[in-house]
Amino acid sequence: MSHATTPPAPASAGTKDRSGLLARVTDVRSVYGGGEQDFTAVDGVSLELGEGEILGLAGESGCGKTTLGNTLAMIAAPPLYVLSGTLEIDDEVIDLSTLSPADVKRHRPYRGSTVSMLPQGAMNAISPTVRIRSLVHDVMRAHRTGVSKDEALDRARDRLKMLEMPVRVLDSYAHQLSGGMKQRVITVISTLLDPRLLIADEPTSALDVSSQRMLVEMLLAMVEQRIMSGVVFVTHDLPVLSQVSDKLAIMNAGSIVEMGPTRQLVEDPQHPYTKKLLSSVLDPTAETRERGRDRARGGAPAPAPSTEEAR
Amino acid sequence: MTESATGPAAAPVDDAGGMITRSEAGTPLLSCRDLTKTFSVAGGSITAVDSVSLDFPASSVLAVVGESGSGKSTLARMLLRLMPATSGTITFRDQDVTKIKGQELRSYWSEVQAVFQDPFASFNQFFTVGSLLRRSLKLAGVEKEEGDHLIEECLGYVGLTPKEALHKFPHQMSGGQRQRVMVARALMMRPTVLLADEATSMLDASLRVNVLNVLHDLRHELGLTVLFITHDIGQACYLADRVAVMEHGVVVERGSTEEVIFAPQAEYTKRLLADVPDLRGSLKHHA
Repeated sequence: MSHATTPPAPASAGTKDRSGLLARVTDVRSVYGGGEQDFTAVDGVSLELGEGEILGLAGESGCGKTTLGNTLAMIAAPPLYVLSGTLEIDDEVIDLSTLSPADVKRHRPYRGSTVSMLPQGAMNAISPTVRIRSLVHDVMRAHRTGVSKDEALDRARDRLKMLEMPVRVLDSYAHQLSGGMKQRVITVISTLLDPRLLIADEPTSALDVSSQRMLVEMLLAMVEQRIMSGVVFVTHDLPVLSQVSDKLAIMNAGSIVEMGPTRQLVEDPQHPYTKKLLSSVLDPTAETRERGRDRARGGAPAPAPSTEEAR
Repeated sequence: MTESATGPAAAPVDDAGGMITRSEAGTPLLSCRDLTKTFSVAGGSITAVDSVSLDFPASSVLAVVGESGSGKSTLARMLLRLMPATSGTITFRDQDVTKIKGQELRSYWSEVQAVFQDPFASFNQFFTVGSLLRRSLKLAGVEKEEGDHLIEECLGYVGLTPKEALHKFPHQMSGGQRQRVMVARALMMRPTVLLADEATSMLDASLRVNVLNVLHDLRHELGLTVLFITHDIGQACYLADRVAVMEHGVVVERGSTEEVIFAPQAEYTKRLLADVPDLRGSLKHHA
């Protein structure tokens, strides 16, 4: 793989007055590969996130949103390479590039505390053979050496109480929890270290509508209570994003094609891809019913957007 | 709670079992009566499906909606005869198929196909997609040339080409691609009835619309009857003629799509609809 030269990391910001800015992401380029056939998954993405904001990152499968999330969470591992990009957070500029094992080691102190990841398929992240309390202790111990089991559990108990969740889940095994509860438990564990920024990758995709609602309400409460200061919420589910996010970024073929305040972007999309994406949403409305009836009568719908086509 | 007892009345009827039934459709191709499934668990039993009676008229789409654990998938598995019913009957083309076996069951399966929610568990990982699809056709007695044509046609329905799908092993495909192959595999058998259990759950919005459009088209052109199981009420709204709402194994409301979605009577249906995220609403600013 022909790794591009890493741009020199900008000097630390030095000044604290950034008008409520939590994080600034600049020029992220991530590729999959290791030889001639590199595939650029994220192509020069830059973002800004304010204190207490939730940024929704939407797009279809393969558009690069999960790769961008992994890059920001600093968990990129071969065959994913981050060629360039910086994350400016808390007056610190973190070089996101992962061109050598040393880079991966350099990112370790930031993982979990500065940026934490709520991964895709988090429901399968709980070991079926241990109780939740053991997982809590393992996570705390992995990031903070010397933390006792009691300290870890006290912290988890406080957090569960704060979020009005039953403390008894700590004594449960994964199979004793519903899908929605598993997802909320893993969200609590992902944020035990009070990360400044949470990257939530498709946290609601496997949930039914009631569980989805409980999870997004919990995330909103967590931001409200400043358990974390901002969230990048990655999903292809636009209705969920429109409910929870302050800003929306629409991603296609590795780039952000449109970004803006959620309400404005939903009501007045400018980019053709955003318009197509929004037109594909099926919500239970008279308009959707009429579209379905049209199709059932043999009418042709508007062609659906395609990531491949856009590439 | 039989269909005949409810009649074609447009006004909601709250029957003895608490289920709200509105208008009903015509003669059923597939139906079930008082279908029940009880699982034994430590210290007792759980009734996953409790006396469900539903009709599937030919060329119609019935959506069964409800939350996780409401019994939707168990109902589908019983209708598909993959799981024995504890009690109740299943009728297909006026024949009781509740306990058929052997050749009769194989004939039933040739007409009633399914697509399940977990595309990761639906493939044998040791074979390419091509060999899996060809094997299905071979078992159904389809000649190779005709089979290749069918495979190309049905992959085309779901936006795939033989070139990008057939030589791949399941682990080399994304969840969405596998789900599309599963839909193609089911359609390839030219079924009369398709049981789609969260068949589009792993697809992006645009691909989802494409697959739903394929079902619309096949119903329009070939008279396909569809049982569409989903927790996404928007999809039910787009595709279904009728909707049945399940809660804790019981059908709590059923009727035309318009009746159930736009004028729900059951409290559970109202709550389910209230929880659907609104593209133009904002939970954030109301929280």
